[in-house]
Amino acid sequence: MLSASALDRTFAALADPTRRAILARLAEGEATVLELAGPFSLSQPAISKHLKVLERAGLISVGQDAQRRPRRIEAQKLAEAAAWIERYRTLWEGNFERLDALLDEMQAPAAGKRKTKD
Amino acid sequence: MSTIYAEADISLPNDTDVVVRRSFNAPRDLVWRAYTEPALVQRWMLGYPGWTMPVCEMDVRVGGKFRWRWRRDEDGVQFGFHGEFREVNAPARLANTEFFDPGDIGGDMGSGADITTDFAEHGGVTTLTIVISYKSKAEREAALSTGMTDGMEASYQGLDRLLTERLLGPATVRRY
Repeated sequence: MLSASALDRTFAALADPTRRAILARLAEGEATVLELAGPFSLSQPAISKHLKVLERAGLISVGQDAQRRPRRIEAQKLAEAAAWIERYRTLWEGNFERLDALLDEMQAPAAGKRKTKD
Repeated sequence: MSTIYAEADISLPNDTDVVVRRSFNAPRDLVWRAYTEPALVQRWMLGYPGWTMPVCEMDVRVGGKFRWRWRRDEDGVQFGFHGEFREVNAPARLANTEFFDPGDIGGDMGSGADITTDFAEHGGVTTLTIVISYKSKAEREAALSTGMTDGMEASYQGLDRLLTERLLGPATVRRY
């Protein structure tokens, strides 16, 4: 399931423009390696390599048809997964920004006794 | 040499733990105070906008209890956490248990979490490392994914939409 390294894999997989384009194609519907190789003018092994990276990152899966092995996008699930960790982080960061302000206040000299640099 | 976490950093090192790291531009005795004196805790540990922390009781000693409760101003909805301190080593380390109190928002009580907070100071900068250990992967996921209120869920949906658009948005589709 989801772990920090899984998220790292997801973002690494998304960093490549060809892989993003493959995902965009798969967002319109499942496609086989052969069907994907055409529009990208890449060799079948090169496409397979990209698909492997996407699959390991959980962004795509292989469909039921054992002969055609169509690839399907799983990006919605991953977008949600990335979103929940970000929401959780936002909650902590909101607290920590208030804590920053409080710590600044605790360290500031008492009002009226504030030192200036000159 | 130590890493500075200018923003909250979240990692999931294994199936049950969540690690939160954040650095503060303050000596650790001050960070410790802000973390353990209820009147100070009530000023920052507020969660999302629109919430206050009317109850913050903390008996910071080994075996001492704490009770926190939040209230949404808009409709008075409340929930909280409570637990017990297991290790108190000022200003370096605090360990406690933590149990969810669903209050008015409902949800599973769960079987609680063990939390260890380390305060490390380097050159006047204090880095907090908070390790939250849940009893199971499922409980960790519940804790991470449960939004606190429906109202907050609305803003999350905006974020989900944004992320989805960034992955699959019209700018990317059909470009190949």
